Amino acid sequence: MAHETGSLSEATALSRKRRAAEKRYRLYGLVAISIGLLMLVILLTTIITKGVTAFQQTYITLDIELLESKLDKKGNRDINDIKKVSTFGYAPLTKNSFEKLISANNLNTALSPKKASKILSKSAASELRNFVINDTSVIGRTISFEFLTNSWIDGYLKGRINRGDIQNSKNVSPEQLDLVDELVKLGIVEKKFNLSFLLGSDASDMRPEAAGFGVSMVGSFYMMLVVLLLSLPVGVAASIYLEEFAPRNWITDIIEVNISNLAAVPSIVFGILGLAVFINFMHLPQSAPFVGGMVLTLMTLPTIIISTRASLKSVPPSIRDAALGVGASKMQTVFHHVLPLAAPGILTGTIIGLAQALGETAPLLLIGMIGYIASNMPSTLLEGLASPNSAMPAQIYEWAKRSDPAFYERAWGGIIILLIFLVTMNTLAVILRRRFERRW
Amino acid sequence: MEDEVKISARGVQVYYEDKQAIKNVDVKIQDKTVTAFIGPSGCGKSTFLRCLNRMNDTISICRVEGEILLEGQNIYHPDVDPVQLRAKVGMVFQKPNPFPKSIYENVAYGPRIHGLFESKSDLDEIVEMVLRRAALWEEVKDRLSEPGTGLSGGQQQRLCIARAIATRPEVLLMDEPCSALDPIATAQIEELIADLKENFCVVIVTHSMQQAARVSNKTAFFHLGDLVEYGETEELFVRPTDPRTESYISGKIG
Ligand SMILES: Nc1ncnc2c1ncn2[C@@H]1O[C@H](COP(=O)(O)OP(=O)(O)O)[C@@H](O)[C@H]1O
Ligand SMILES: [Mg+2]
Repeated sequence: MAHETGSLSEATALSRKRRAAEKRYRLYGLVAISIGLLMLVILLTTIITKGVTAFQQTYITLDIELLESKLDKKGNRDINDIKKVSTFGYAPLTKNSFEKLISANNLNTALSPKKASKILSKSAASELRNFVINDTSVIGRTISFEFLTNSWIDGYLKGRINRGDIQNSKNVSPEQLDLVDELVKLGIVEKKFNLSFLLGSDASDMRPEAAGFGVSMVGSFYMMLVVLLLSLPVGVAASIYLEEFAPRNWITDIIEVNISNLAAVPSIVFGILGLAVFINFMHLPQSAPFVGGMVLTLMTLPTIIISTRASLKSVPPSIRDAALGVGASKMQTVFHHVLPLAAPGILTGTIIGLAQALGETAPLLLIGMIGYIASNMPSTLLEGLASPNSAMPAQIYEWAKRSDPAFYERAWGGIIILLIFLVTMNTLAVILRRRFERRW
Repeated sequence: MEDEVKISARGVQVYYEDKQAIKNVDVKIQDKTVTAFIGPSGCGKSTFLRCLNRMNDTISICRVEGEILLEGQNIYHPDVDPVQLRAKVGMVFQKPNPFPKSIYENVAYGPRIHGLFESKSDLDEIVEMVLRRAALWEEVKDRLSEPGTGLSGGQQQRLCIARAIATRPEVLLMDEPCSALDPIATAQIEELIADLKENFCVVIVTHSMQQAARVSNKTAFFHLGDLVEYGETEELFVRPTDPRTESYISGKIG
């Protein structure tokens, strides 16, 4: 068949068709990417708008007269006597404080001081009590104290709760909201940065305003420590053996296939395995981060092995030849030359494996690492590993499950923190990969 | 001196799985000479060369029969440690493959793992001597800490030669060392090879008959796994005895 002769710039039927196809294909690509980006934007804005309020909390500053007559009737500052005063004994102090507040500022409210003091968090009295027990010398003085308000007041100021919503509520009354409006004007009630969300522990159903994410962050940290220390050495050793030393035969083929299969096993399977083996059979403690770490190690190992083997494979054979050629042993070849070249890839795979493990929820629920397990930060390494704790995703799940919308807000806040960790880790992996890309 | 036999192969057969790549080769390679292996692509030159330092051991499907004596000792004897053998029989590969480390480290690596020096200054001396020997010193003496992979192709190949001779080998195997280089770099390497035969037994595989003619004293012509003809280079090129050799050097096969 003869070619059409003519100018190269002239469009033939064939070239027109080809160009149209190219254009169409580019359009499909753009549409696909736009949809993806749109989803991402929607996701991020939802998460941020819903979660960002968790990083603020409503506080009220009150002057509390720590009356000796209430806290230390005998006046001898005996700590045992002072400890006998329960949180109920502290309630009158806050009530008195409100009474003074109302009269001093000429506030126009129908509420009794007792009713007014109900805008405080239920944890207020015990906070006060802990403060006094810590330092008995404050008894008899008037101390300016910052309390959490309860979650309905917090929700009202954040716009989560409207006056319309609370008509039949036993928890909060319109009069209380009026009072809060006045106090906001006076600067006595205000929203502040919520440090205790970042540092604190989960709280009971009745006190969402006091619930924090910090302790479960620490739980996750210890778990990741275990995962890293177990899965990196084991995974790398296994990969080096399989890739560099093992003979190619049906046994290694079976091992290979099964590692790939393991990587595809749903995480809940590892969870129930952990429950059966680590807890029911080996009687390791429930809810302990090191057990959680072991379960997640099972899950992370295949990922690390697969990526480590891939990066070992990507080291060119010419490097191995070079080393063997000057009389290096197999061991020396691997450890002096191959492994250093594969290290960035191994590290990247490890970080990605850890990031996956960090976001894993289901296996943790099965071994009891749910929210409201730990109420204090672990103080030692051993405690951090062995004492019951939760982890970030499990804490988020726990909050999302509770009925009070105040917890829901915290679940979203927790998701923001979790995502920050994940994005940081993945960015680190990308940077490492870029930085050390193929230097040979 | 000229006639001292360094390597002698007897009845060497090499198989890749069931496929025979080398058929019953007998050859005596002399010390302080350059021996060239020529032949059409796929005839088994590299395979045979890699038998001489047991690099074929790294290919699991490769099987070697017969014996290869290095100074009378069979290198395929079960007691021989291939790792030690390779320090004695150095190798330079087709594609320059310096380690992605500094120029200094490239040369120092062999002496390091074989414990060939006493002190740091000792090692410095070895590195300098070896780089001079490889005609590379003047070009790299000011940048020994720079990566060896940053050098030009020809320099990289000379670095690889330096690396190979740093372990004080007796035999130097080169598998088409110039096939990835430009003519100028090739000329430099050829000059170096001519120089190296003063101290080493050099065996070079080449697909270029001109190169074989230029650098070698002896030439072996392989064809389909057979060692067809082996002799003085000049003799072989001028008066080939086997018709296959003749048609190869006259360009009819290859
Ligand atoms: N690693 C290997 N596995 C299987 N067959 C190989 C391998 N290396 C070489 N061969 C075969 O052995 C024969 C000789 O190859 P080679 O020695 O590389 O030839 P040359 O170097 O002369 O071009 C060829 O047929 C080649 O296909
Ligand atoms: Mg070859």
